[in-house]
Amino acid sequence: MYRYDTLDREILADRSAEFRDQVRRRLAGEITEDQFKPLRLMNGLYLQLHAYMLRVAIPYGTLNSRQLRKLAEIGRTYDKGYGHFTTRTNLQFHWIKLEDTPDILDALATVDMHAIQTSGNCIRNVTADPYAGATADEIDDPRVWSEAIRQWSSLHPEFSFLPRKFKIAITAAPKDRTAARVHDIGLMARRGREGELGFEVIVGGGMGRTPIVGPTVQEFLPAHRLFSYLEAVLRVYNRHGRRDNIYKARIKILVQALGVDEFARQVDEEWASIGRDGDLPDAEIARIRAAFAPKTFETLPRESLGFNEAKAQDQAFARFVRNNLKPHKRQGYTIVDISLKGIGETPGDASSEQMEVVADLAERFGQDDIRVTHEQNLVLPHVRLDDAHEVFLGLAKVGLATPNINLVSDIIACPGLDYCALANARAIIVAQDIARRFENQDRAEDIGELKIKISGCINACGHHHVGHIGILGVDKKGEEFYQLTLGGSGAEDAAIGKILGPALPIDKVTDAIDRLVNVYLQERQVNERFLDTLRRTGDAPFKEAVYGDAH
Amino acid sequence: MAMLIKAEGGGFHAEMDDFQSVVDDQPIPDGKLILSLKRFETDGEVLLAQGRAVGVRIEPDEAVEDLTPFLPRLAVVALSLPKFRDGRAFSSAHILRTRLGYTGQVRAVGEVLREQAGMMARCGFDAFEPSDGSSPEAWAKVVNRHRHVYQSAADHHVPAFARRLGG
Ligand code: SF4
Repeated sequence: MYRYDTLDREILADRSAEFRDQVRRRLAGEITEDQFKPLRLMNGLYLQLHAYMLRVAIPYGTLNSRQLRKLAEIGRTYDKGYGHFTTRTNLQFHWIKLEDTPDILDALATVDMHAIQTSGNCIRNVTADPYAGATADEIDDPRVWSEAIRQWSSLHPEFSFLPRKFKIAITAAPKDRTAARVHDIGLMARRGREGELGFEVIVGGGMGRTPIVGPTVQEFLPAHRLFSYLEAVLRVYNRHGRRDNIYKARIKILVQALGVDEFARQVDEEWASIGRDGDLPDAEIARIRAAFAPKTFETLPRESLGFNEAKAQDQAFARFVRNNLKPHKRQGYTIVDISLKGIGETPGDASSEQMEVVADLAERFGQDDIRVTHEQNLVLPHVRLDDAHEVFLGLAKVGLATPNINLVSDIIACPGLDYCALANARAIIVAQDIARRFENQDRAEDIGELKIKISGCINACGHHHVGHIGILGVDKKGEEFYQLTLGGSGAEDAAIGKILGPALPIDKVTDAIDRLVNVYLQERQVNERFLDTLRRTGDAPFKEAVYGDAH
Repeated sequence: MAMLIKAEGGGFHAEMDDFQSVVDDQPIPDGKLILSLKRFETDGEVLLAQGRAVGVRIEPDEAVEDLTPFLPRLAVVALSLPKFRDGRAFSSAHILRTRLGYTGQVRAVGEVLREQAGMMARCGFDAFEPSDGSSPEAWAKVVNRHRHVYQSAADHHVPAFARRLGG
């Protein structure tokens, strides 16, 4: 894991001091809320329905146990004893007092954390594969590039006042766990003919009001030219992206307006002018790479007797293994997914106690490495099979052993109307109700992979466009209604879901999901996921099941 | 005349601005002038030929590259910042300083707030018409607040990656 050096620490300390001074001026009445707003929004501080919300950056979703314990402590001291993990792998505290924020930022700084660029029209936290360094199918470690991008984009003098926010995702595995194709820039590592490293560069994907699966603008960008190319994309966007209409300001609109070819041509022209000056020296990449050097893994047998025995004797563990454990690149190790989607709980919430338990387990059994996924779960990427049962028992004690990864109740939901000032409708309660309906774990496993994603408004923080089933809160004459979309995917087979029919009132949503699932169970052929069946049959039978009674 | 904050020798000082900003339909006055790009296109050549000190004001949607042939003779390029959120002038300044090699004054006009002073300085601005009444001392404090930077830009800061390599 990357460790801050003195330079990183001093950059962070200077930024914290600057924000402390801005808060002081606001509290002293030297500046108005209007003047303060853009300043606090450069540091992740939002004014929500009931209180201030502070969004803490978790760069590329990577934490160590000290950091997670500090988040737990902040949750207990300054919030109501919990935090909320978001689809950008950040952590939000929803009940913050303005006057506490400088102290919170100082507390974060003691563990090399901050809230820089978690809001505002700047380059946001990079999303990386949560299995980086642990999965066998990656061709490079995406954290190396993520960390380099973090540094390059932090307090960038030219790109901090972009037309709109800017999100980058990076993956180095064929299985995309980052939703790279619906980011402003998606980077997918590739190997060239000579084995050299490069990236397929996707620009202008996105969700929100205008969901788009991003087009590829570079099939193979040599890795050592990454930063000059990013500079070129950002400069073209900063100069030519629309600023007259907030809904048309993301880069996807510029790419669509110019056409991919013309956009790529403008970027290439700019890139040629920048030249190599814009690139990071190889030595710096090597320095960062050294920080992510493979852990020292033990040489273990393929099978673990203890693990096999526990699986045979403990049914609940066996189920957890089936759903939450993923293959590790080293034999005798496993990746443990921790669901933050306990049945009836708020998706993405974790109590301070739960965070501390995860931190302890990571320290004892997980090489002190914790990841946050964009699906609002946590991961212990390096656990010995021998220790998996003990990890399971530790998680179970605090309600974190829900065996539902990728299943129907592993739902993404944004905070919605419970917290968010922009919301049309609640999202959390909808997620909870669906999860309860599918509480029977045998049934959930029988249904298999099914990704439900819920947003409380068209801003799509809950990624509903890329849900196999998407649910969007809309406002109909002051009532909460929900529009269903089918067939989206945020993975390597990215697709935007299609609207199924008229929006439904809140008390009809869970029934509708139940019916959709039943159609799938009737129609499916061997080994088909929900999404596969839907793609084969089209949405007609699904539509009929939900809206059939209406005519 | 308005107050201007100028960067010089690593510090900032205030001075009275001896350039006049000319409105488009106003007759050309005596003295040093800052014209809009449009006005410059009609009257610029003549004024420069007379040896007058001339500056041009560039709006965010105008391309600084259009000034390329005139840059060696321009005393000032004023980049307009209509509001806090509009970051186009930052790119314009960067291009002026790096790609176009402009060495005259790059001035921030419009909504010029001290909160952005550090980033403006890094992009190559060296003169500011503060709209928030900031003093040069306040300006210097903001600009010097950050000891290190992560990226190379149009200023002389050595970025972190180069310092780590012993640069
Ligand atoms: S999708 Fe809408 S309601 Fe949900 S968090 Fe985003 S802005 Fe708020």
